[in-house]
Amino acid sequence: MNKLTVNGKSVTVDVDPETPLLWVIRDEIGLKGTKFGCGIGMCGACTVHLDGRAIRSCITPVSAVADAQITTIEGLGAGLGGSAGSGADGQHPLQIAWIATQAPQCGYCQSGQIMQAATLLKDYPHPTDANIDAVMSGNLCRCMAYVRIRKAIKLAAEGAQVTNAQETKQEQTHA
Amino acid sequence: MESALLRRILLSLVATMIVAALCVYGAFWRPSLAAAPVPAANSFSPQLVEKGAVLAGLGNCASCHTAKGGKAFAGGYGLATPFGTIYSSNITPDPATGIGTWSQEAFKRAMHEGVRADGAHLFPAFPYTHFTTITDEDVTALYAYLMTRPPVVAPAIANTVPFPLSLRPLQAGWKLLYFKKASYETEVGKSVDWNRGRYLSEGVAHCAACHTPRNKLGAEIKNSPYLGANIDAWFAPALTDANTAPLPWTEDEIYTYLRSGMTALHGTASGPMAGVIYDGLAKAPDSDIRAMAIYFADMNGSAPDAKQSKLLSLDTIKAEATLAKIMSKSSQVGGQYNDHGANLYLAACASCHSNSNGKPAAIRPELGLNSALTAAEPTNLIQVILHGIAKREAQPSLVMPGFAATMSDDDIAQIASYLRRSRTELAPWPAVDVTVAKLRKASKSE
Repeated sequence: MNKLTVNGKSVTVDVDPETPLLWVIRDEIGLKGTKFGCGIGMCGACTVHLDGRAIRSCITPVSAVADAQITTIEGLGAGLGGSAGSGADGQHPLQIAWIATQAPQCGYCQSGQIMQAATLLKDYPHPTDANIDAVMSGNLCRCMAYVRIRKAIKLAAEGAQVTNAQETKQEQTHA
Repeated sequence: MESALLRRILLSLVATMIVAALCVYGAFWRPSLAAAPVPAANSFSPQLVEKGAVLAGLGNCASCHTAKGGKAFAGGYGLATPFGTIYSSNITPDPATGIGTWSQEAFKRAMHEGVRADGAHLFPAFPYTHFTTITDEDVTALYAYLMTRPPVVAPAIANTVPFPLSLRPLQAGWKLLYFKKASYETEVGKSVDWNRGRYLSEGVAHCAACHTPRNKLGAEIKNSPYLGANIDAWFAPALTDANTAPLPWTEDEIYTYLRSGMTALHGTASGPMAGVIYDGLAKAPDSDIRAMAIYFADMNGSAPDAKQSKLLSLDTIKAEATLAKIMSKSSQVGGQYNDHGANLYLAACASCHSNSNGKPAAIRPELGLNSALTAAEPTNLIQVILHGIAKREAQPSLVMPGFAATMSDDDIAQIASYLRRSRTELAPWPAVDVTVAKLRKASKSE
């Protein structure tokens, strides 16, 4: 039995400890937002967060994440407009920006793109093109939506700054 | 006539050798010590037990005295040596299979002289050559700690050391050559912290056991202290100025590394050292970690005397220039279309490892700064690519998946060679794919 926490919920699954986290998320827990792309950690479609940082779930065995907090695309916007893991919130600045720019074409790689972009913004809150190229280079998009993905990331960065500014203002008001 | 003389000379030589061997055997002969009743747990003060817990952490006793998936301190961990596999002993207070009936005197003798309670010599896989300098007071604390652990019934596993090396009396000869009972002698002219660091590092923590190369008889080579050594299919890097990391291991860098397991300027602990830091040193107070950092920074020459402020600033300028140069390479993430290694790196590694704003972040381990790329052999780099970095409780989360199941030997060799070529100015590693295959096999046989 393997215990893990996905989108804030504790889950126990009865699988081989070497089972890739991706299949636990999709087949055991039933969250289908995380996609299978290459299965060898080379395309980024399966990207989820482990303790808030992007990781390729297709090559990460479930035994390696026992004490970690896993976040999938369904839980990314938790606390930002919907209930944790409800799947209905979608209010993360990146998700809003993705819709505003109509970034996806076929959409298959996009949840991975968004999860990787969230780590990008954590490390580089004001990302330059070089930052985006360096961090997003492992996330492939066969529709070639890269230009709109870049635009969406920059839009989200601006939005996140607005959010941060608002939070700072609120803190000051409370103080 | 001649042959009679020769025979006489030979006979006297043999006789002399036998007498000498008997003398050595006799000089190192130790009696069996009487079994003592298992001490009651409440016969030790909680303070003493706590002190012992810290020392056992610094010595990381549990790592060798616990089998994979086994109960703590119950032994059975196989230490692969060039002489065969030596299985660690059960050091829980079980009277039949552990050390429950060992008196404090017997325990002290084992620590200080490498002799079992029954008088037999212990193999130097047990680092009594280091423990000999641990003070009686600290040995008492370790005894209190071990005697208050839950007893586990776990009989000893037979070693695979072949005859005649398996004969324990022969260890008397080894001791004659390589062991001297000693106590810690304070180095006057060095600070209290430095001496504390040296006392811990050379004694209970036995850092040299992994970081100093060994000779054919398995003894640490005295005139090569801390020059780095291969151990458990990993490379334990040099702790002197022979360390190949591009930036100096300053006192603060060593401290941060030993305390948290990662630094932005040197990288993340992996392999056996991860266990040392997260399972062992984690039990020690900041002051002890600081003391060890002071000692090793002095050893590697990165901590020049405060009076030599000119030298310090020159070092700083040099380090900054090195850092800037390496960081300019980190953001070169694009490879040529036909450069397989570069393309693999770009797809599988760069999203976490690149640092594109000129500054390295601990959470984005900068490979150009890591001694895994500058070491003489690609051992550590390949190990991490194969097996990744596991999640540990005591650090901000940094997990790397291993690529053993998804990348071929050639893929991994290409990435390693690409990194060596693009991030350092050192000569390429030869036959990297052969090393990958070897290390892959080593991990399968574990």
